[in-house]
Amino acid sequence: MKLKLAFIAFAMLLTTILAGCEPLLVLDPKGPQAETTANVIWLSILTMAIIVIVVITLLVIMLYKYRASKQSEDYEPPHIEGNPFVETIIVAVPVIIVLFLSIVSVKSTYEVESIPEGYDNQEPLVIYASSSNWKWHFSYPEQDIETVNYVFLPTNRPVEFRLYSYGPITSFWIPQLAGQKYAMADMVTKINIVAETPGDYGGRNANFSGEGFAENTFTATALTNDEFNKWVEEIHSTADQLTEEQFNKLLKPGHLGQMTFTGTHLEFAPAPEGEHGGHHHGETQEEGQSNHEDHSSHSNHEDHSSH
Amino acid sequence: MEFFERFAIPHPSPLIYASMVAIGLTMIAIVVGITYFKKWGYLWREWLTTVDHKRIGMMYIISALLMLFRGGADAVMMRLQTAVPDNTFLDAQHYNEVFTTHGVVMIIFMAMAFIIGMMNFVVPLQIGARDVAFPRLNAISFWLYFAGAMLFNISFVIGGSPDAGWTNYFPLAGTEFSETVGVNYYMWALQISGIGTLMTGINFIVTILKMRAPGMTLMKMPMFTWSALITNVIIVFAFPVLTIALLMGTLDRQFGTHFFASTNGGMDMLWANLFWVWGHPEVYILILPAFGIYSEVISTFSQRNLYGYKSMVGSMVLISFMSFLVWVHHFFTMGHGPLVNGIFSITTMAIAVPTGIKIFNWLLTMWKGKIRFTVPMLYSVGFIPLFTIGGVTGVMLAIASADYQYHNTMFLVAHFHNVIIPGVVFAMLAGLTYWWPKMFGFMLNERIGKWGFWFLTVGFCLAFFPMYITGLDGQARRMYTYSEETGFGPLNMLSFFGAGLMAIAFILIVYNVYYSFRYAPRNVGQDPWNARSLEWATPNPVPHYNFSVTPVVNSSEAFWDSKKNGHQLFKDKIDKIHMPNNSGLPIIIAGLFFVFGFSFVFGIWVGVIAAAIGIFGCMAYRTFEKDHGHYIPVEEIQETEMKLEVRNNENR
Repeated sequence: MKLKLAFIAFAMLLTTILAGCEPLLVLDPKGPQAETTANVIWLSILTMAIIVIVVITLLVIMLYKYRASKQSEDYEPPHIEGNPFVETIIVAVPVIIVLFLSIVSVKSTYEVESIPEGYDNQEPLVIYASSSNWKWHFSYPEQDIETVNYVFLPTNRPVEFRLYSYGPITSFWIPQLAGQKYAMADMVTKINIVAETPGDYGGRNANFSGEGFAENTFTATALTNDEFNKWVEEIHSTADQLTEEQFNKLLKPGHLGQMTFTGTHLEFAPAPEGEHGGHHHGETQEEGQSNHEDHSSHSNHEDHSSH
Repeated sequence: MEFFERFAIPHPSPLIYASMVAIGLTMIAIVVGITYFKKWGYLWREWLTTVDHKRIGMMYIISALLMLFRGGADAVMMRLQTAVPDNTFLDAQHYNEVFTTHGVVMIIFMAMAFIIGMMNFVVPLQIGARDVAFPRLNAISFWLYFAGAMLFNISFVIGGSPDAGWTNYFPLAGTEFSETVGVNYYMWALQISGIGTLMTGINFIVTILKMRAPGMTLMKMPMFTWSALITNVIIVFAFPVLTIALLMGTLDRQFGTHFFASTNGGMDMLWANLFWVWGHPEVYILILPAFGIYSEVISTFSQRNLYGYKSMVGSMVLISFMSFLVWVHHFFTMGHGPLVNGIFSITTMAIAVPTGIKIFNWLLTMWKGKIRFTVPMLYSVGFIPLFTIGGVTGVMLAIASADYQYHNTMFLVAHFHNVIIPGVVFAMLAGLTYWWPKMFGFMLNERIGKWGFWFLTVGFCLAFFPMYITGLDGQARRMYTYSEETGFGPLNMLSFFGAGLMAIAFILIVYNVYYSFRYAPRNVGQDPWNARSLEWATPNPVPHYNFSVTPVVNSSEAFWDSKKNGHQLFKDKIDKIHMPNNSGLPIIIAGLFFVFGFSFVFGIWVGVIAAAIGIFGCMAYRTFEKDHGHYIPVEEIQETEMKLEVRNNENR
C-alpha cells in the first residue's frame, strides 16, 4: 500500500515534469548552455527513474512474497550469509551507472563552461555584472554604458559575463540561458551565455544575501544585433553620465528600479580582477572596491577567476 | 541603560512576544510543578547528576524531541509564509531568522541529539558492557550539548536570532551585513555543543574498541554498533574543523580579524570550504547510525540474519572515507573550473555505490524472510523507496553542469529533506519505537503509531515532492516571498498542506507516548519483538548495571543463538560489580559554559573571565578528586535479579 503510494507520488512527479502544461523554466532553454543542462537533466531523470523503479519493484516483490501473514506458523527463515555472485552484481551495476554519468557530467561541465560550439569564432561581448545589496549593475565596457537591474543582449553572439559583488556572495542566474555562478567581492568569475531566441528572460540572485534577497532580480532581454546596436546608440544620446558620487549612492542597500547610464563604473571602480584582485595575500595596503590606485607593481599576481 | 539595550530584540513582532510569554510561563510552571511535587531531590540524584548511559541517552532523546518541536514550528511558519504569493505573515528579516534557526536546530540540536541518544542507550547494551568507557565525560557531553541548545534557543528572545542561514556564509555573516548578536549566538551555541559531540566521539570509539563482551570480535558486532563506531570516527575527524572555523568566525566578528572578510587578504569562500569540510561528513554522521537502525529493524522483523554483513561493514567504511572527499559539491558554482568540478562530481557520485549496496542488502534481508509490519518495520519499509528517490536526486545534483541549475533552488531543498527525513527522522522514530520497551518497560501503541507513520509519510511526500518541480521552475530557496506571476503559488500551497499533515503526525507520536504510558500493559517481557542482538538479553527494565553477568558471545546475533541454537550467554556466577559514581560536576561545568557563551555573545568580558575561571576550577577539582566508583555487592544484585525474574515470569 505504502509503496503504491510512494510510487504514485513519484509517477505524479515525473508526469508533471513530462507533461506540465507550462514548461518549467530550467527545462525550457533559450540558449545552448541551458539546452545542454536541460538535456543532461532529462538524461539523468530517465537513468535514475530506472533505478527507482527497480528498487521499488524488488521491494514490492519481497513484501508481497515474504510477508508473515502469507506463511505458515512454523516457517523458519533460513540463515543466508551472502553470496559473492549477487554482491558482485549489486556493486557492478551501480558502478556502471556511475561511470556513465561521470562521463556525462565531466563532458557537459566542460561544455557549459566554454563558449558554445559554433560561436567560438566570434569575439564575445564582455558585460560586467556586479551585485550590490540588492541590485545588479551591468557595465558594457565596449559600448561604454551601464544599466541597473536589466541587461540587453544581442542574440546569436557569445556574451561573457564577468561577475563580482559589492557585498555578500551572490549567484548570477538566468535559468533559461545558463546555470548559476557565484559573484564574490574579491575576485571575478566568468560565465558564457548565448541567447538564441529574442525575448525577455527573468534573472535573479539565487544565493541568499540578506533582507532584500527575495526581490534581488533583473530582466535579461535578448535582441537582434541591429536592435541591440540601436539601443546602445539611443542610450548614448539620452542617458546621463554615471558619476562616482552617483554610483556610490546606487550601492547603498535597498532596491532600485531599472536605470540606464552612459559610461561605466569600471573607470573609477575597477572590477577585482588582475592587479585589482582581492587576494593580495598577506599584504597590508588598503584595498576595496573603490580602490583605483595604480597597482601595476602587482600585475604578476594570479587571476583568480575561472577559465 | 545602554547596557541593557543590547539585550533587546532588534526586530520585534507579536509572535516573538507571544513566545516570550509562553517560555516564561512554561518555565514558571516547571519550577512550581517540581517544587510542589517535591521532586528536586529526585531530579538531582537520579537524572541531573547521573552518569548512567541509559539515562543520558533518554535525556538526549527527550531534548531531541523538544528540539524537533521547535524546529518543526519554524518549518510550519516558513511553509505558511510561502503558501501564497506576496504573503505578509512574516517579514523578510523574521523569515531569515526562522529558516536559519530551523536548519541549525534540526541538524545540530535535533538529529545529532537523537542519534547520540540512541547510541548512548543501545551501544553499551549491544556490546555487553555496563556503561561507556568514560561515564562522567559522557555526562559532560550531554550537558554541554544541552547548554549549547539552550543558548541557541534563547537567542530569539534575547538579542535576536542568527539570520545568515544555517550555512552562515561570510561575508553575509560578518558584522558588516549581520549587525545583531545573532551570529555570535550561532558561533557559541555550536561551539559548546560541538565540544560535547567531539567528546562523545572519543568516548564511543574507546567504548566500542575496549569494552566488548568476550567473544565479540569486530566482525561479530551488531550492525548498529558498527555504524556507531564509524560515525564516531567521522565525528573525531570532522568536528575539529568546525571548532576551528567557528573560532575564526568569532575572531572575525568580535576581534576584528579578517579570515573570512573580502578585504585585507581574507577569503570569503574559506568559510564555505571549512564549513563543508565539516558539513559533508556531518551528513554521514547523521545517516550512518540511521542505516544501523534499519539494519537491526529489518533483520528483526524479517526474522532473518542481515544479508551481506561484510559488505555492509565494508560499504560503511568506504562511505566514511569518501565523505571527506566530496565537500566541493556544495559550491560547484563558485567558479573553480570544470576540472575541479569534474573530480568532485565523480567522487560524489561514487558514494552512491556503497549506499546502493546497502539498499540491496536490506532488500535481500527480506528475501525468504517472514515479514511482520510493525511500526518500526513500516518506517524501514517506507524508508527504502523514499530514500532511494532522495539518493538518486543526489546523484542528479552531483552532475556539476546540472547543479548549476539546481544549486540554491527548491530542488536542492527537496533533495536534502528527501534524504534526511526518510533517512534520519524515520530511523529515529523506528529506533525509538523499537527500543522503547527496553527503555521504559512497555510498548508504544501500534495502532496510533501506524496512523502517525501514514500521516508523516503522506505529509512528507506532499510537502517535499512539489519542491522538485518549483525548483526546476526557478524558485530559489530562502526567498521569504514571491510574486503571483511566477506561478509558484499552488505547489507551495500543497507543500504547506503536507507540512500540516507532518505536524499532525508529530502530535500523534507525542499522544502515543501519553496514551501508551497510561494504558499499555506492563507485562511485555524482556524480548517483545523476538529480536536478535544482545541488548534484548537484559531484563526489563534494564537494571543500572545492565548485565548481572558478562555475556559470552559467538556471533553478531548472540541473543538469537541463545534462543534458537542453544548458545549459553551467561556462564559465570554473579560477582560484585564495579560502577561509577554520580557527579554534579558535569551539569555545573556545562552551566559555566552557558554563562561563558552568553557573556561572550554580548561581549560581557567580566562574565567571560569569571566563567572561564570557574570552568578551569572545576577541571582542577576533578583532577584532585578521589573517586574510585563503588561496588554493588552480590546480595544486592541477586535480590534485583530475583525481583526482575519474578516480574518477567509473571508477565509471560
